[in-house]
Amino acid sequence: METNFYTYSGKHRGILAWILSTDHKRIGLLYLSSMFTFFLAGATLGILMRLELIAPGPTIMTAQTYNAVFTLHGVIMIFLFIIPGIPAALGNFMLPLQIGARDVAFPRLNLLSWWFFITGGLIALTSLFTGGGPPDTGWTFYVPYSIRTGTNVSLALFGVFLLGLSSTLTGLNFVTTIHRMRAPGMTWFRLPLFQWSLYATGWVQLLATPILGITLLLVIIERFFGVGFFDPAKGGDPLLFEHLFWIYSHPAVYIMILPAMGAVSEIIPAFARRTIFGYKAIAYSSLAIALVGYLVWGHHMFTSGMSDASRVVFSLLTFLVAIPSGVKVFNWVASLYRGSIQTDAPMLFTLGFIFLFSIGGLTGLINGALSVNIHIHGTHFIVAHFHYTMFGGTAFAFFAALHYWFPKMFGRMYREGLARVAWFIIFIGFNTLYFPMFVLGWQGMPRRYYDYLPQFQTGNIISTIGSWILVSGLLLMLFNLVRSISKGEKVGDNPWGATTLEWKTSSPPPHNNFAEIPTVTTGPYVFK
Amino acid sequence: MNDKEQNISTGAYIGIWAALIVLTGITVWVAGLHLGNLSTITALAIATVKTTLVLLFFMHLRYEKPLFIIMLFAPIVTLATIIGLTFVDVWFR
Amino acid sequence: MAELAKTSEAVHRDYTGAKIGMWLFLFTEILLFGGLFLVYAVYRTKHQADFHTAAAELSVAIGAANTMILLTSSLTMALAIAAIRRSAKTASIVFQSLTILFAVIFLVNKYFEWGAKIGHGLYPNSPELLAQSHGTILFYGLYYVMTGLHALHVLIGIGLLLTMLILTVRDRITNTDFVKLENSGLYWHLVDIVWIYLFPLLYLIT
Repeated sequence: METNFYTYSGKHRGILAWILSTDHKRIGLLYLSSMFTFFLAGATLGILMRLELIAPGPTIMTAQTYNAVFTLHGVIMIFLFIIPGIPAALGNFMLPLQIGARDVAFPRLNLLSWWFFITGGLIALTSLFTGGGPPDTGWTFYVPYSIRTGTNVSLALFGVFLLGLSSTLTGLNFVTTIHRMRAPGMTWFRLPLFQWSLYATGWVQLLATPILGITLLLVIIERFFGVGFFDPAKGGDPLLFEHLFWIYSHPAVYIMILPAMGAVSEIIPAFARRTIFGYKAIAYSSLAIALVGYLVWGHHMFTSGMSDASRVVFSLLTFLVAIPSGVKVFNWVASLYRGSIQTDAPMLFTLGFIFLFSIGGLTGLINGALSVNIHIHGTHFIVAHFHYTMFGGTAFAFFAALHYWFPKMFGRMYREGLARVAWFIIFIGFNTLYFPMFVLGWQGMPRRYYDYLPQFQTGNIISTIGSWILVSGLLLMLFNLVRSISKGEKVGDNPWGATTLEWKTSSPPPHNNFAEIPTVTTGPYVFK
Repeated sequence: MNDKEQNISTGAYIGIWAALIVLTGITVWVAGLHLGNLSTITALAIATVKTTLVLLFFMHLRYEKPLFIIMLFAPIVTLATIIGLTFVDVWFR
Repeated sequence: MAELAKTSEAVHRDYTGAKIGMWLFLFTEILLFGGLFLVYAVYRTKHQADFHTAAAELSVAIGAANTMILLTSSLTMALAIAAIRRSAKTASIVFQSLTILFAVIFLVNKYFEWGAKIGHGLYPNSPELLAQSHGTILFYGLYYVMTGLHALHVLIGIGLLLTMLILTVRDRITNTDFVKLENSGLYWHLVDIVWIYLFPLLYLIT
């Protein structure tokens, strides 16, 4: 029997064969498993928040606990789940396979990135139980509160700094790999679209994350030495922190969403059984999103006291980003036209993605309009908006990609019926949970409070019930996937009949990915 | 593995170094002239000339594939954009 | 040459790839310092006069001397790589050692410079400094953080160059395999470039 990368015996044994492996496939799975662990922790915190909000007044926790819980929910979900999500886990696994390479350009650096990731994650979690108690600043760490609070902010910041470093090094690795390691004949315009999105993401990781790094360092230095950069009493300007923070954190949402869009662009051709509509438009729009993503950070600061001129400029620029996003949505929909669509679980999640991301994107335009933003800033409308883009968008695409590449990674298939049921419950639960927040926000219910006025209770009850539905769907999906890793039905190398290179080798792939490096002669989505 | 690169002689390197030292001297001298706002601009301009020399010769950019120079514009343009957009706020606040 | 290319393929030795990786890393360094330059630009715009008077306290002589030391170390670094290319191992070792020596001298100067300032009670959060204007506080904050982060990079550079020195002595860096040394050189030159900007921005404000 041919050995695959699971049975391949390297230098180390047991657990060491995983945590010291430089094989991109093993590192991808390391990310996947550690990320899902963090995801479950983050989801638990989310459930607790929703439970607190089921009725006005203190329900299950104090205000201080609530502050800590929403801070950690944000930090975990953003830095430990969505940012590394698709690129570090699935990207690591698929990038060399899709371009016909044996590994990434710097395999040892790749392993180091995972170690930074896991160390950063553990340090961030340690900050919960040590020092002055869990951080309560919100995931944005706004000054001057974050330099004054007695909670354990410094340690959490250092953890996030390491996570940023990990993300940067992954981007560095991917960009170099795509430049140098493409198989013969794999020209830039024969790259699968997932690769284009990873390439664009890589550049954003490289050019935006260092700004986060220096910003976090400055806050740490501020807390220890009182330099005064962000302390108004010493002439510092808190708004400058917000600028620096969002200079990274807005591009970061494109780090989260771009690979999701790339994964969707893989799944649609495979399940519509026809080539993607407007390949180049999708490829270029990935780069355009990465580019324009740098110009819009100020829309997070419309009510912070920026100058009027910059508020108008940022509002205008924000609208630009809708164009390349719209280009993609139209291309996906056009690709479905006259295709022979199969509604397997990956496709259902993908269609869910398009629907929910469209809602998230269009409400983004509402937020981006300066005059409206003044009204809804800091309300639950914002919470609903970014959960529609980040959860409804990125996470749905991530689940879609996970189902799509599951037989590739494990050589076995999950139970299709169960997957569809899970999808349905997740979809219903998601909308029940987050849609009421649009209404509540529009009515004026602020975010980040553990309490609210009695008139908001109906919406909050619906939303909390939605959170239960959503979690049961998620658990069902995870159960199905985890169970199928060992018990799933064995399927062939290419159960979907997909055309990209990763399906040309066996499933699961051998240690070296390809017996012989393939030569590419056509574009990625040529169906007969 | 670039053969052209090997042609830089020790003398050429020392020439570049001498130019850098002279430019440092000029920066200090210009700063003493009290040109007001202009002095910041000249200081940055001279620094940029020095940087270009280091990039092209010491860091061999002149002899590498054009890709390297194209890529270098990414961080420079990004940084310029970030500073520029932040100043839309700083100047008009 | 074809023979060489073939063996390079076998051990995955992609020099261009390694250099692209290094340059991408340098880009992140540019952005890292770039964030600080942004902070500097904003506060200098707000506190022109204070920055001017505060900067006058710094010694232009030490700053200029350190600039020349770093520029010279960049020269010896470039010469070390040129030497290994023509298989002049001893020359390369000498030039690498000189580079490290200059780096150490730079840090020693920096130590005395900081020491003198701290001796005068001018350090972040010191009562002396807090009594001064906002612009002065911010200027010294920037002075310590920017030169401090730069000095940290010099320190890392020294470690890196020492490693390269050992590798060269042990013939692990040779005229056919010197990309590590070249990449360390790229890093070292970037540290130099950062200083090229720091010097006029901190010492020569008029």
